[in-house]
Amino acid sequence: MPADVQTDARSSGIAHDLNTRGRAWYIDRAVSVGVFVGGVSAIVFIVGIFVFVTREGLDFVIGPMDAKEFFTSINWRPTSERNPTYGILALMAGTASVTGLAMLVAVPFSLGAAIYIAEFASGKMRESLKVLVELLAAIPSVVWGFVGMTIMNPLIIEFFDVAVGLSVLNAGVILGLMAAPIMTTIAEDALKAVPDSYREAAEAMGATRWQVVFKVVLPAAKSGLMASVLLGVGRGFGETMAVLMASGHAINLPTSPFDSVRALTATIAAELGDTARGSDHYGVLFTLGIFLFVVTFIINLTADIVVKGVGRK
Amino acid sequence: MSMFARTPLDQHNRRIEWLVKTLFLMMTVLLIIPVALIMSILIYRGAPALSLEFLTQVPTNGMTAGGIMTALVGTIWIVTVALIASVPIGVAAAVYLSEYAPDNWLTRAINLAIINLAGVPSIVHALFGLGAFVVFFGFGRSILAASLTLAVMTLPVVIVSTRESLQAVPHAFREACWNMGATRWQTIWRVVLPNSISGILTGVILEVSRTAGETAPIMFTGAAAFLPFLPQGVLDQTMAMSLHLYVVATQVPNVPEALPFGVALVLISMVLVMNAMSIAFRVYLRNKRKW
Amino acid sequence: MVEASPKLSVRDLTVRYGDKTALDAVSLDVLTNEILGIIGPANSGKTSFLRALNRMEEFDPNMTVQGDIFFEGQNITAIRNVYALRRKVGVVFPLPVGLPMSVYDNVAFAPRLAGIRKRAELDVIVERCLTRAALWDEVKDRLDALGSLLSGGQQQRLTIARALSQNPELLLLDEFSIAVDPVTTMRIEDVLKELKHEITIVLVTNLVQQARRLADRTAFFLQSELVEIAETEELFTGTVQDQRTRDYVEGRFG
Ligand SMILES: Nc1ncnc2c1ncn2[C@@H]1O[C@H](COP(=O)(O)OP(=O)(O)OP(=O)(O)O)[C@@H](O)[C@H]1O
Ligand SMILES: [Mg+2]
Repeated sequence: MPADVQTDARSSGIAHDLNTRGRAWYIDRAVSVGVFVGGVSAIVFIVGIFVFVTREGLDFVIGPMDAKEFFTSINWRPTSERNPTYGILALMAGTASVTGLAMLVAVPFSLGAAIYIAEFASGKMRESLKVLVELLAAIPSVVWGFVGMTIMNPLIIEFFDVAVGLSVLNAGVILGLMAAPIMTTIAEDALKAVPDSYREAAEAMGATRWQVVFKVVLPAAKSGLMASVLLGVGRGFGETMAVLMASGHAINLPTSPFDSVRALTATIAAELGDTARGSDHYGVLFTLGIFLFVVTFIINLTADIVVKGVGRK
Repeated sequence: MSMFARTPLDQHNRRIEWLVKTLFLMMTVLLIIPVALIMSILIYRGAPALSLEFLTQVPTNGMTAGGIMTALVGTIWIVTVALIASVPIGVAAAVYLSEYAPDNWLTRAINLAIINLAGVPSIVHALFGLGAFVVFFGFGRSILAASLTLAVMTLPVVIVSTRESLQAVPHAFREACWNMGATRWQTIWRVVLPNSISGILTGVILEVSRTAGETAPIMFTGAAAFLPFLPQGVLDQTMAMSLHLYVVATQVPNVPEALPFGVALVLISMVLVMNAMSIAFRVYLRNKRKW
Repeated sequence: MVEASPKLSVRDLTVRYGDKTALDAVSLDVLTNEILGIIGPANSGKTSFLRALNRMEEFDPNMTVQGDIFFEGQNITAIRNVYALRRKVGVVFPLPVGLPMSVYDNVAFAPRLAGIRKRAELDVIVERCLTRAALWDEVKDRLDALGSLLSGGQQQRLTIARALSQNPELLLLDEFSIAVDPVTTMRIEDVLKELKHEITIVLVTNLVQQARRLADRTAFFLQSELVEIAETEELFTGTVQDQRTRDYVEGRFG
């Protein structure tokens, strides 16, 4: 303390006040610890998911699993008495074909809808469309699966004159309709994030609305739009009930949209109930879970990096 | 840049403008029409099944007759317990992220964890719930295990919506309070929460609707295909609306046609009504200006 | 007139935002029961000086503070309860902030934090502080109106009332009259002159004449530095002054 600053008796009361931590101080400290635990719980849970799924699947992975067969065989016969095989190639093909078709449906429509809502619609129209899109996103996947079975199925049989309507086409369209609202919302956010000054600058140069959209807004929102597509892919990849119910659930390397297929997720949902804990079948289903976890983790991470890339520029 | 010619907006441009706009509008409408159609079909074919008895009776005759009371009550159990578990944790996490967290690697890790938690497939959540709550913690197949699984799954919904509501309260209010000697918590309790509680509630309603519709995560953790009685506590199994729809639609032979449509209609109405409530609430809030 | 003992001693105070230095090694004392005026052109570091006194660097991860500040001999970076410090220091910044609660609750906020619960006691404090801030007559019939929806000038005075409600030992005012009409400004200035018998006031102002009217001593900041500090009359009329100060008070730049 410098010499010219003096402490006297008068200030000792103040010294006491400034150095006494009252109830409020301790409550604040306790709360900060409490909410910190809440925040960290998100990490605990994501790690916990990995740990517990791995824990149940580990015996299979280090035991009977043959990685080459697992990824390259189309034979999924986990219940065979004499010679069980665990090839997920057909399941991956099922997931990929359904997700691919879903994106074919969802990407153009959701981007189109996002562009309309963000750039063309105005006032009430815009608000109502957003509300509608939000409501669409809320429909549970089991209801979608039910729609695939009971409404889409006869329609496809009737319309295309095929024997079964539970197929890549059915599940893909259903999944597309499911993923589109979420993708629309994310894409619309990305478009809205483009500063108005960009639009005004282009309009000042005489560009029309659609020229502004195509030449200025879309390129500027590119990363956000890509992220929306990626998240849609992740969503399709991880969807369970709708695909289980609408895809026909038959092991197949599909050659046409009318083939029935079986998805990775649906396999777990359909078979887990009949397995005994500790059996190879139980283990392989958890191994599928590890695989799904890792792939979606990568998809989400990529989407996150793509979006963050925008911020850095 | 020759695109942006200095000529005035001519006839040609105006026509393209109209075309583009209409095209995008059509795409939006095409997104909505199928769903509107589906809804009407669900209502048209499900309505005959609906009656007061349908809502108040236990399923009978191998689930080919009777009502859905046990499933309905079971869903309410599952949703309630899931809320009790997830809302405190989710709100705490959001308060931490919005009000306390410094900008460091741990905060970034938490944010990343939330994004991934939201992206993990529901069936993987089911596996987690089975491995953790049913087996490891020994809750068995029970409402508790199913609800905790759903709580973990919907946690990101609560966190993200709560954090948004908290951050909608301008920073200047916080600084004003801090400058008067209020602690962070006093500021949160007296100013931030009172002005964001309705937004937080909106997010919770949304979570309820998500929770009520989920099927995969509860299939192996606590929801049963058929039980003729109601659960007595959180360690019992229960029926649930979502699983009931799956079961009557795929597993039970000779179900009268209207029955699964009725179940679907009730389920979707529950979900949509709650969503509509949440949206209406939000619009109401937006119009009630407080600063 | 002015007691010799310093209420506040500032030594080598440096404030940075990221790499940018907003205040560079400023040392000065604020004496008990004086009004210290601080004048200086835009961006000279006046607001940053006040922010450091209330340890506001804790609100802004970008802001760093070096040097020592002694409040009644206590080094404010070493004290164990910063909230107690902020309760003893009232601040009013140029951007008015009415909290989104009733006018009454705005003013009762700090007293409640201090543990005052009795309605009658709070009523007295609220009326006194609003009166001193020249706002009472305008709001006495609608004390339950939202503070955040008052007009800008009213919110400014509400902010002043809130700072007074803390019953502070030190009042920091930063361009408090920016949104207030001249007549009301005069009324508040009169209140400040009375208040200084009880408390110590630091008044940052862009209005050189305001400093001259109110301040016992005045400090001149320029480009993050303290150019000089002197008795107000000396600074404005005396001969012993820096050329740059003279230019500024005579309106030759800024
Ligand atoms: N929160 C902040 N973040 C970053 N830089 C800041 C911040 N506040 C002030 N600065 C910078 O610090 C310097 C000093 O600013 P300060 O507000 O202290 O000046 P001032 O004298 O109060 O100016 P004025 O008379 O305009 O209010 C300025 O260059 C300003 O740009
Ligand atoms: Mg300033």
